[in-house]
Amino acid sequence: MIEVTGLSKRYGSFLAVENVNFSIQKGEIVGFLGPNGAGKSTIMNILTGYLSLTQGKVTIDGFDVAENPEQAKRRIGYLPELPPLYLDMKVREYLNFVYDLKKVKFPKGPHIDEIMRLVRIDHVQNRLIKNLSKGYRQRVGFAQALIGNPDVLILDEPTVGLDPQQIIEIRNLISRLGKNHTIILSSHILSEIQAVCDRIIIINYGEIIADDLQENLSKQLSTDHSIVARVICDERDMLAALKAVKGVQNVVSLGKKEMGAYDFEIIPEEGADVRAGISNRIAERKKTLLSLTSSRLTLEQIFLKLTQAPNNEAARKMLRLDEADVKETPISSTPDIVIEIPQENDEKEDN
Amino acid sequence: MRAVFKREFKSYFTNPLGFVILAVFYFFLGLAFKDYYSNGIPYVGQVIFFLSDIGILFFIIPVITMRLFSDERRTKTDQVLFTAPVKLIKIVLGKFFAAFALYAMAFIPTIIFQIIVSSQENIDIPLFYYLYALIGILLFGAALIAVGMFVSALTESPISAIIFTLITNLVIMFSSSFASFITIPNTTSGVLEKIYYGFLQVLVKLLNALNFNGVLSSFGQQTLALQDVVYFVSIIVAFIFLTERALEKRRWS
Repeated sequence: MIEVTGLSKRYGSFLAVENVNFSIQKGEIVGFLGPNGAGKSTIMNILTGYLSLTQGKVTIDGFDVAENPEQAKRRIGYLPELPPLYLDMKVREYLNFVYDLKKVKFPKGPHIDEIMRLVRIDHVQNRLIKNLSKGYRQRVGFAQALIGNPDVLILDEPTVGLDPQQIIEIRNLISRLGKNHTIILSSHILSEIQAVCDRIIIINYGEIIADDLQENLSKQLSTDHSIVARVICDERDMLAALKAVKGVQNVVSLGKKEMGAYDFEIIPEEGADVRAGISNRIAERKKTLLSLTSSRLTLEQIFLKLTQAPNNEAARKMLRLDEADVKETPISSTPDIVIEIPQENDEKEDN
Repeated sequence: MRAVFKREFKSYFTNPLGFVILAVFYFFLGLAFKDYYSNGIPYVGQVIFFLSDIGILFFIIPVITMRLFSDERRTKTDQVLFTAPVKLIKIVLGKFFAAFALYAMAFIPTIIFQIIVSSQENIDIPLFYYLYALIGILLFGAALIAVGMFVSALTESPISAIIFTLITNLVIMFSSSFASFITIPNTTSGVLEKIYYGFLQVLVKLLNALNFNGVLSSFGQQTLALQDVVYFVSIIVAFIFLTERALEKRRWS
């Protein structure tokens, strides 16, 4: 559906986007993730034809955005970061205008009614956009993108500035739309991307530093699949007992966490699943297991790791390494991050 | 194009701006008509030219054009326009005609004036006097609108658009006076002097070419000269084209 090859964008001497390549299949929901100023919006603006590209090629459903912009634009619904609303218009009037502007072929009244129902703005259709709250304005912006029922939806930070209730609503809407649309969504909020996207493209300094399915990304980057067990027991006895479990490479005590409970970090041998063995061993000893968590990196940690790496080169190198290599090269090149990750693990488990 | 035209034209009347502009026009037209009529000069063409004589068009037209593109850019609503499957030139034309339609509305009362004058049996003034003046003032205004729209496409806020359009319009307004200040002696010696005087000659020609008022006044000469129509039409076309280029260039920078 969307093919991007060798895309670069230069503002004067500043290279905002550099050699970006990706391809998105019909029906995918893809998340663009990156810190502010990473180039997410620029890429989206190029896809929608708002900005030109300096180099490369972008096609939407086979139509080149540079050579055949009208055909390409016809297939895209775009919700920019700031919804492009004329504040002095009424909701319905505005949607009528967008309908006329896009030269949509569907019957006008029913089409707009349907969209307004979908995004739940039908009860404000005769109000001035100026008088609407942020959440409603966002939804009008959404409605605008949906007019003409385009195959591709490009949503630039669709939930920014909304309250939690509205965020959930918009997220549900995106999930519903995802059934018959190709969606690109950008955000710097990870939970959002995690909640709705199948595939994630991480962008930093105008370059793609990771592009994979969400679960692969977490798997690929976890340096070791260690397991943390919290057990009510005697520390030294349990340490020895756990070390004796088949497939366990090493066990480290992380110290006392709750009343009488200790945390143990268990590092399994490569490829071994030791969870059953550990749970059985604890049961044999008649001790109580409170929790058993895999310390696989969360998306948040991956994100920080990638975007804070000294430079993108290092980050990309990290990604290309297969898991065996990763084990041999502890992320010593980024010491500040190594410290950060266990800290966050701790926080999680304290909750 | 029609969608943009409709929205833009309507937007003049969703705030007081459109009404204020029309009120100013109607006030001066009414004033001039009353004055001329009661003094026994019932030429509606003269009434129309009164607006250009007092130079008010140079100040009102920037108010009409200031928001056209600068405001869209400021509020980022241009994103909906420029990502729609519409050619850029059609958006530009839609906006141009919306501004022009408002401007043209300002001259509706002159139709009534003409009817009043024509109904008087003792006055015999050919209708084409009025029509030539009307065509002249509409072309003149359209040219200023095209220039103002171009400035609006270059700026990012209506305030800077109006200021720069006013400066441009002042240059156009006083171009012939500026030109007459420049004196070029006939005798020249050295090479440098020749170059300097050559430059001055080009400048004078340029300033004279900008003399909108001079061209407009020929529409009051009871003839319709093709060259005057072509003069304004080419300015209009040139600035519509430049506006489109300016917007296109913005995509590239």
